[in-house]
Amino acid sequence: MSLKKIKLLATALIASNMGVAAVSADVLDTIKERGTLIVGVKADYQPYGFLDTTGAVIGIEPDLAADVAAKLGVEVEFVPVVSSNRMQFLEQGKIDLMIATMTDKPDRREVVLIPDPNYYSSGTNVLSLKSLGFTEWEDLRGKPVCGIQGAFYNKATSQNFGAEIVAFTGTAEAYSALAAGNCAAFVYDDSAIVAKTNDPEWADYEMALPTIDDAPWGLAVQLGEDNFAALMSEMIIDWHQSGRILELETKWGVANTPFAIAMNEKYN
Amino acid sequence: MEFFFDWFRVLNQEMGINLPFLYDSYDRNRMFNGFLTTIWLSLICLFFSIIIGIIGAWLQASSLKMTRRIVNGYIQLFRNTPPLVQLYFFYFAIGTLLPRVDNDWGGQSPLLGSFAWAAISLSFFAGAFNVEIFRSGIEAVPKATVEAAEALGFSKLQIYKDITLPLAFRVVLPALNNNLVNLVKTTTLAYAIAVPEMLYEANQIWSDNVNVTEMMIFLLLAYFALVGVLVAGMNRWERSMKIPGYG
Repeated sequence: MSLKKIKLLATALIASNMGVAAVSADVLDTIKERGTLIVGVKADYQPYGFLDTTGAVIGIEPDLAADVAAKLGVEVEFVPVVSSNRMQFLEQGKIDLMIATMTDKPDRREVVLIPDPNYYSSGTNVLSLKSLGFTEWEDLRGKPVCGIQGAFYNKATSQNFGAEIVAFTGTAEAYSALAAGNCAAFVYDDSAIVAKTNDPEWADYEMALPTIDDAPWGLAVQLGEDNFAALMSEMIIDWHQSGRILELETKWGVANTPFAIAMNEKYN
Repeated sequence: MEFFFDWFRVLNQEMGINLPFLYDSYDRNRMFNGFLTTIWLSLICLFFSIIIGIIGAWLQASSLKMTRRIVNGYIQLFRNTPPLVQLYFFYFAIGTLLPRVDNDWGGQSPLLGSFAWAAISLSFFAGAFNVEIFRSGIEAVPKATVEAAEALGFSKLQIYKDITLPLAFRVVLPALNNNLVNLVKTTTLAYAIAVPEMLYEANQIWSDNVNVTEMMIFLLLAYFALVGVLVAGMNRWERSMKIPGYG
């Protein structure tokens, strides 16, 4: 390699590094330049983010993401994420924004930037056979309970109530393991379980326990993206104020949640 | 001992190196159980895959055409499909077809659980490779040796058990060693059907504590050590079977 070539290569390297530095300064510029907003959403969480018959990602959260893209004047692109990789995808810059049913927790705030206020809220409950007749969380002690790998309530369910957690990578596996009888119950977000109990295929199942850990959900951007976070805060307030969340709940067949109603009242 | 564990809590607070499976007793228990599950699953699979290999290689040399075909069909099926697909197939497809039994919590569950399916599926998977490995060793035994045994009145089973197999074992050990190392590493796939082995527990811990980097490093080192022990054992065995002046 001649000296000239090496010099050229070095210049190219430095230039590309500067490019990266400039990009990470503000992701909003990158999004506008690219013309697409890449959003990480769930694809197995009806009705918050799931696949339609053509394989497209639809649901409440994809609709919210589309609102953000419309506000920025760009196209929207969805990347399906799961609980155990969503924050990593955001950290690595694979996605610009994450709206993926994530519970807002202090240790998560250290890893990703969660703008206030929270856009949604849900608690933990279990889906189980009506014939088992569970009434309280203690009934789960010593029984196998299906779960999703990476969900924060797995630990609490086994630590506080003595259930043996059998966690799968996705909800489809967990539901089929529950249907096959591999577990006595499936511990998951109450919002998703409610949708499942309305499904005629799951008529023999119920959401029997009192909901615990009612906790707010946070959408997230990369740490340091303060401009984007400020924009998202405005968007969330607007969603609550205009009743957009309530409207989407109705559109996707979810009864209006107390949280969404309270937030709508708060900002009006 | 508590002092030792608490030191890691301080390490997390001071340095940000978060190893909850050392300072948190709950995480410590589940990581330890995961470690035991990995070892237990590995031992079961190692044992049965070798048994399958020995029996399969013997049946492969059978004079019955049908037996040979069945053994070859088994090898093709298990060698040509990914182990993760096999696990899913056994657990979600075959598992649900089996009769259900009453369980102790008042419901009905499938006959075999995830651990049993992982043990069965991984044993068959590694067994398929082991059959071929043993065949290579058996074919390396000189024909004249077998003929000499026949002339001395040994039965077919006796020849296999007392003449061919012991000689073949020496030849196959390096290849067998390879396959068994692979098998131990493949046990991580069992996390997909919720067998609580090391990767599964580590996954849950890093989800709860957001310490992916630390857990990844720990996992890598843990498997490195675990497989290292196996390799050391196999190498010892290889050396003990060495015949001076005979290859």
